[in-house]
Amino acid sequence: MTGAAAIGVDAGSTTCKVVAVDETGALLASRLEATHPRLEEQAAGLITALVGDLGPVEPPPVVATGYGRQLVRGAARRVTEITCHARGVFGALGHGGTLVDIGGQDAKAIRIGEEGRPIDFAMNDKCAAGTGRFLEHTAGRLGVAVADLGPRALGATAEEPISSTCTVFAESEIISLIGRGADLDAIIRGLHRSLVGRIVAMARTVGLGPPLILSGGVALNPGVRAMMEEATGMAVILPPHPQLTGAYGAALIALEG
Amino acid sequence: MSRLGHLLGYRLAGRPLLRLQRRRDERRLDSLRSGPDRPLEPPLRSIARMKEMMSGHYLEGRHASGVRPVAWVTSGASTEILLTLGFFVIYPENHAALCGARRRAQHLCEVAEDAGYSRDICSYARTDLGALLSGETPVGRLPRPDLLLCCTNICQTVLYWYRVLADHFGCPLVLVDTPFQYGPQPQPHEVAYVRRQLEEIVPVAERVAGRPFSEQEFTAIVARAKEASETWLEILERARHRPSPLTAFDAFTHLGPIVDLRGEQATTDYYRGLLAEIDRRIAAGIGAVREERYRVLWDNLPIWYRIGPLSQWLAARGVNVVASTYAHAWGELAPLMDPLHPFESMARVYLHPILNRSAGQKLEAMRGMVDDFSADGVILHSDRSCKPYSLGQIDQRDGLVNQTGVPALLLEADHNDPRSFSEEQAASRLEAFVEMLGG
Ligand code: SF4
Repeated sequence: MTGAAAIGVDAGSTTCKVVAVDETGALLASRLEATHPRLEEQAAGLITALVGDLGPVEPPPVVATGYGRQLVRGAARRVTEITCHARGVFGALGHGGTLVDIGGQDAKAIRIGEEGRPIDFAMNDKCAAGTGRFLEHTAGRLGVAVADLGPRALGATAEEPISSTCTVFAESEIISLIGRGADLDAIIRGLHRSLVGRIVAMARTVGLGPPLILSGGVALNPGVRAMMEEATGMAVILPPHPQLTGAYGAALIALEG
Repeated sequence: MSRLGHLLGYRLAGRPLLRLQRRRDERRLDSLRSGPDRPLEPPLRSIARMKEMMSGHYLEGRHASGVRPVAWVTSGASTEILLTLGFFVIYPENHAALCGARRRAQHLCEVAEDAGYSRDICSYARTDLGALLSGETPVGRLPRPDLLLCCTNICQTVLYWYRVLADHFGCPLVLVDTPFQYGPQPQPHEVAYVRRQLEEIVPVAERVAGRPFSEQEFTAIVARAKEASETWLEILERARHRPSPLTAFDAFTHLGPIVDLRGEQATTDYYRGLLAEIDRRIAAGIGAVREERYRVLWDNLPIWYRIGPLSQWLAARGVNVVASTYAHAWGELAPLMDPLHPFESMARVYLHPILNRSAGQKLEAMRGMVDDFSADGVILHSDRSCKPYSLGQIDQRDGLVNQTGVPALLLEADHNDPRSFSEEQAASRLEAFVEMLGG
């Protein structure tokens, strides 16, 4: 294994990701952990471990992104998630489009131009309803593992509409649906629909032109993917490592110097 | 007693003290030097004079009751008629902005909320109602109004707000209703309708002031208001220069006299002085932002409690916010003013503010400004308080992006209530926006 040529760190609100790339920009290795309250030490530890694995000649340049980017020690630059995600997607797929990134506590839509630069963006971070937290929270309420949510939504034979777009109110709605004896899978399907409705509305504000690309932890949910396709009439493309897009983009920016 | 207070507190002691203070400020400003560690040029020297004028105005206000008739008016109201009759005029919106800039607004808003006013009401109204209920104001004391003049050309909030004031003070309230403008020109019957209402202010105001209205004096005041507004527009247009000698934040700061003291000779003189100072900057090739790399247009009201930090932050990244639809609102009407036909032309003026025109016309105006000021991007402050200004901004933003090709950012905040502003979220959006400008 060769040494890392550049490192990207995405210190997000839910997970902290570190990736290393070689001088051609190919992804060499990565680490992902739930974000620790002591993010500063966590990021430093992850970088050291990753570099140690790869055995570098000299410490590679680091670019940090994510909410905690100011806390990443030794970063040559700090760049926003918007630019890093755009760069990451472009690096991984070789084209632009509309990227929808659904993370733990925020969701964003980015229109990516020809050269991998963001042209326009919209963010939803005032409220958890359009984010991974919405699904995580309600999964807990329903006693269903997060990983099972998507398949169960897809397998449902009926759908209960969830009208509340607020996580807390949706929870009360779910409780009353359960109280009325509604089918659990139908509720889960309704929840996915509500989340996708919000996300697509946000993505439309940046133009929502094809190709449609999905990243972030929620991209791993097949129910969200299928409903996004249904709602937009476009095929959803996933980059190879949807959760690492921001960190990968940061590493590519570090490589460019 | 009040006459004596006016004489001693304002004329004999207050004004000379403020003059001294101005000289001290000027000396301090003269000692400031620009340097590589400062992204912004030192403030324009005229700011000292502006402070003197505005402090003098509010100081006179403390002693005005019983000496001069006092009117409280909305920012889009015809103050020229009142000045003709010798009124001392207070703009509650400007007072609220001052509270906002001095970070006193949140507390005052909370006072109003405790009294039952909803948090959804404009934060200017809440700030002023809070000041009214608590008696707290950074200007010491506001004089009680003898007359209220409210014009609906900015929003409907003022209608309810001024009814509350009328109820509280038990003084006459004159309403001027200005039909919303969907097309570029008002219909003749709309002009006639507003003109009639302006004329009807006169007998009420005469009664309150206890003196007759002079057409001749009115013409002279409209002429001065026109001159001041024209000069203000000229100042703003100087930002077309590269690098721009002023920022929109400078314009927000220097806005006080054109809003509050329009029609007074001192105001016209003040803006001439400011223009001359700006021209000296241009001649010397000095820009307000040391390294102006990107030029940006601002839409909507300022975020008063963040003006300083925001302008520093942007300047440090080479961003100069060169123009704003907001500051332009007090200049762009100048060509419509006609001292030879004061009532008729003022009817047109008061029908025409940007907030009384359709969303499409506002987009048109912004598109023109992007071209005129060679803007590389636009920041649209989505102001939770000011619904008429913010409504339509999502479409306007899209229109700007698609038609001009420059990036445009919708920044959610509130002009006076910091509780509707999230530092962290605003910062991440602004940072991404600046990266997008980055060529
Ligand atoms: S709503 Fe807007 S126009 Fe009306 S008073 Fe408030 S800031 Fe002014």
